[in-house]
Amino acid sequence: MSLKKRKNADRIFYVMLVLAIIFTLFILVLLFSDIFKKGLSHLNLDFFNSFSSRFPNKSGIRAALLGSLWTVILSVLIATVLGIGTAIYLEEYAPKNKFTSILKVNISNLAGIPSVIYGILGLSIFVRYLNFGRTIISGSLTLALLILPTIIVSSQEALKTVPKEMKEGSYALGATKWQTIKKIVLPYSFPGILTGMILGVSRAFGESAPLVVIGGAASIWFQPKGIFDEFTTLPLQIFNWAARPQAEFQNIAAAGIIVLLVLVVIINLTAILLRNRYQDRM
Amino acid sequence: MTVKMDIKNLDFYYGNTKALKDININININEVTALIGPSGCGKSTFLKVLNRMNDLIDDTKVEGTVLLDNENIYDKNVSVEELRKRVGMVFQKPNPFTKSIYENIAYAPRKYGIKNKNELDELIKKSLEGAALWNEVKDRLHKSAKNLSGGQQQRMCIARAIAMKPEVILMDEPTSALDPIATAKIEELIEELKKKYTIVIVTHSMQQASRISDRTGFFLMGDLIEVDDTSNLFTAPKDKRTEDYITGRFG
Repeated sequence: MSLKKRKNADRIFYVMLVLAIIFTLFILVLLFSDIFKKGLSHLNLDFFNSFSSRFPNKSGIRAALLGSLWTVILSVLIATVLGIGTAIYLEEYAPKNKFTSILKVNISNLAGIPSVIYGILGLSIFVRYLNFGRTIISGSLTLALLILPTIIVSSQEALKTVPKEMKEGSYALGATKWQTIKKIVLPYSFPGILTGMILGVSRAFGESAPLVVIGGAASIWFQPKGIFDEFTTLPLQIFNWAARPQAEFQNIAAAGIIVLLVLVVIINLTAILLRNRYQDRM
Repeated sequence: MTVKMDIKNLDFYYGNTKALKDININININEVTALIGPSGCGKSTFLKVLNRMNDLIDDTKVEGTVLLDNENIYDKNVSVEELRKRVGMVFQKPNPFTKSIYENIAYAPRKYGIKNKNELDELIKKSLEGAALWNEVKDRLHKSAKNLSGGQQQRMCIARAIAMKPEVILMDEPTSALDPIATAKIEELIEELKKKYTIVIVTHSMQQASRISDRTGFFLMGDLIEVDDTSNLFTAPKDKRTEDYITGRFG
């Protein structure tokens, strides 16, 4: 190919890429503008402070917001502890054999299973078998299972980045395996582990399907006080409102979506800032 | 001359490959013992056997005895952690932890139970002085060790090893990643260190071995061909292969 032809090919490819990003942004802007147009006028203090109601104008997200906070915080706590533990075992302790590698591949596969399946699992184990009922704890455990593979895989990746020389340095100073993991390996891989947690939090915040299956309530009129209370979450509440025939409810669903979006953005930003700060110190 | 480490009939295997064959050598106290030989001859492997860093590699096997003060370090009741505290190690590439200089050096002493701040400060100062680094870093002890130059990092790694008060220090080509000036500083330091510690150093450079060591061992293909006083080995080698190597016929 002549130089001119190659340059032309280069330009065509560039234009295609720009078009791709414009298309994506266009869809996003369309979505946002629609949601903000409908929902913004409903966002006021009452909206945060009221429970759901038959009347759109009196409806609010108090129960849903609290329910979301409860379930997300609990599920991320559970999944982080289990996930980091599993990742440490797989990377540092597990013998390198066929069984371990099959285990690793299948954990990655779990991340691709549709979330509704986790809902069914949660329904049969937590709600029915363990008899927790349709409560916050059932929801949190189900969401924890859902985000566990993501957290395990990203923690594994983070642990793999720890330089071998650094671990050897620690062993050569007479450190035991656990001391090395605690003092050298974990601090070094913390930013990567945090990334996995961010992904987990965002996912848990946005999921509705598994919670519908385990029977998170559509609307509740009290504030959850403990892990054995019934609950609803923001996505569930939005789903419920959006499914109603009255146009007014569509609009408060949009308002709920704005709150959900802003929360997810805030959480991600905080975590990213935290991670960057930690990386700078190294 | 007191023998600090006595290695007898040592064989070492990576899987089925015999990497060290019937090694016999004494490491004398307060001397620098240099190990030379071409790449892949087993000198670094031998060094790792001395503080059991080879335990970290899967599928290896050690036969024979390695005595440290007349005690076999491969005995079942020997604690590896305790052994590595007595036999410190400095690596080929400086490997500071991603912590401050202070925290790097405090790493081992903290583990061994020194909690008192003054005691720790004093130990860190002594260790850095011992590694001829104190004057260069005393104003930035709490800055990241990664910002030091390569030579400074390596001296910090030496300080880190000294801080746990070892008896023997193993050095695996400690200057191969450094420029000549930094190398000279480390060599001076080794001269100083041997007054208090027993040193075993693996080196690629025969000049370095002849400059700093008291005794030198020559490895070839997993065999220890010859070990002798450095001056003898370099001026009147007994084995033809040693002579060929030090005169530059191969390697």
